[in-house]
Amino acid sequence: MSDQALLEVKELKQYFPIKGGVFGRTVNHVKAVDDVSFTVNEGETVSIVGESGCGKSTTGRAILRLDNPYSGNIYFQGEDLVSLSKSQMRKKRKDLQIIFQDPYASLNPRQTVSQILEEAMEIQKVIPKKDRRKKITELLETVGIGAHQIDRYPHEFSGGQRQRIGIARALSVDPKLIVCDEAVSALDVSIQAQVLNLLKDLQRKFKLTYLFISHDLGVVRHISDRIIVMYLGKIVEVADKKSLFNQPRHPYTQALLSAIPSTNITERRERIILTGDVPSPIDPPAGCRFHTRCPLAFDRCAKEEPKLMSVSGSGYQQVACHLTEESKA
Amino acid sequence: MFLYIVRRIFQTIPVMIGVTLAVFLMMHLIPGDAAKIMAGENANPEQIEQMRENLGLNEPLYQQYFSFIGNAVQGDLGNSIRTSRAVTSEIFDSRFWITVQLALVGTVLAVIFGLLAGIISATRKYSFADVSLMVIALFGLSMPNFWLGIMLIYLFSVNLGWFPVAGWGTWEHMILPAITLGTAGAAIIARMTRSSMLEVMDQDYIRTAYAKGVSDKLVIYKHGLRNALIPVVTVVGLQFGTLLGGAVITETVFAVNGLGRLVIDSIRAHDFPMVQGTILVCAVLFVVVNTMVDISYRLLNKRIDLN
Repeated sequence: MSDQALLEVKELKQYFPIKGGVFGRTVNHVKAVDDVSFTVNEGETVSIVGESGCGKSTTGRAILRLDNPYSGNIYFQGEDLVSLSKSQMRKKRKDLQIIFQDPYASLNPRQTVSQILEEAMEIQKVIPKKDRRKKITELLETVGIGAHQIDRYPHEFSGGQRQRIGIARALSVDPKLIVCDEAVSALDVSIQAQVLNLLKDLQRKFKLTYLFISHDLGVVRHISDRIIVMYLGKIVEVADKKSLFNQPRHPYTQALLSAIPSTNITERRERIILTGDVPSPIDPPAGCRFHTRCPLAFDRCAKEEPKLMSVSGSGYQQVACHLTEESKA
Repeated sequence: MFLYIVRRIFQTIPVMIGVTLAVFLMMHLIPGDAAKIMAGENANPEQIEQMRENLGLNEPLYQQYFSFIGNAVQGDLGNSIRTSRAVTSEIFDSRFWITVQLALVGTVLAVIFGLLAGIISATRKYSFADVSLMVIALFGLSMPNFWLGIMLIYLFSVNLGWFPVAGWGTWEHMILPAITLGTAGAAIIARMTRSSMLEVMDQDYIRTAYAKGVSDKLVIYKHGLRNALIPVVTVVGLQFGTLLGGAVITETVFAVNGLGRLVIDSIRAHDFPMVQGTILVCAVLFVVVNTMVDISYRLLNKRIDLN
């Protein structure tokens, strides 16, 4: 990877304790994210995809330390966020922002739009008090909310508008990295496109870097430079958009892509149907975590965990699968 | 907002009619002949007839009700049988204010301690502090008023001598009865605050606040508590009514001359106009408090738009 990585996540683990017994001892852990490493370069849009419960949102929250990581390091501009004290981290939040999935839940119902935006500016001291109002108006206009709506409460807006307010809020402190946690999933398809295009425009305008978390491959294809595929707390494949969509290497990625409906009738793909449920992250399967559902699994998959390895191709691609490893050897 | 308040006040009219009807009918629903009971055991038939005449019991029921309402609106609730004084002056000379004072101090104590305990519990979920506070709350809720009152007197007045045993007059007199009255309320408020806070603190907008870099304290108070307060306000309003009822026992235990003791004494003396008057005043007070609570919702929550 290039040396200009804005964000580097190293061996991130996020285990949530399960309390049990009379005295509330920790009896086990939900291994939501288990040893995940990746980098995000400046100006890039990296997406994390995977089905519900694969740990993609947890990864996003751990990066921002909204939940403190269980172990691992998160380097932002070379500085380890995990080692920062609470108050140091609060200052750092100026550079790292998040847009949440549910625009109805992510805005405090008791604050007006301008209060929501101003609070962040005030805490991070990005702009002197007398200029704030003007800046808020500008920001809202950038995301398509009129100046006359500045003193309204969130419930007076539609879902799409609320998400725009959420975006304006994230932008209000001039961040460098924005984690978009399923930022468009709750919106109608037509509104999704508007918001995605808005995000793209803003990226150009403010030189933003996005970590885009989504389960929607169509959305991911639209916005990403690189894509990380997660399954049950682990990365199974990382590739640039072109390589991933043209030549998915991991059986799980192949299954995911085969589920995208095609509009081209001459080019009907065979759909790979995965059987069974995702195993529990409390007690994940040994070896490759996907082997219980993998149509191509063989002996080794149940015993040995595959490592993420580069594969040669037209672009950048890394896969964690014994099959690609063996075919290479 | 003004329109809303006016409408809300109009809405209390049916409630008031119901309340007055219930209080009025009390006289007619008691077993036996009200006039006979009130006239006393040794009254002769003429005295009983005289009592019936005085109370207007010979008139048709609806007429009795209308004159009852008509008089009540003009501040006339009849005369006490026991003391022959006007019921309203019996109530409002001092007793009403004593009980209101007691209920207010009890409510304030309940709110302060309940909120504090609830916030500590919610922000330290499943910790030792949380579990012990909730166990204490359960005790507070389960203890009968009279027992708690007696125990407090025993500990703080008899053994430690910090507070007077009984009576009324200085702020020291107020402390123990107010604690007795407020404990159950504090327990309910604590449990309510805890569950409401836990729900709110799990919302995305709390995460948004953290993501902005808001400090823990501010997140808890500005973003958490403000949103968690609505169910708590409801409980406080309802609790005030329970407090008025609880005052009957507490005032008896602490020998405080408030409305509660007035009711007890009047019931013992078969002084029905007095009982009627006191209950009516308490009921009206309760309706007023809860109307105020409803109005305060609107101030707390901009989303409740009832216009």
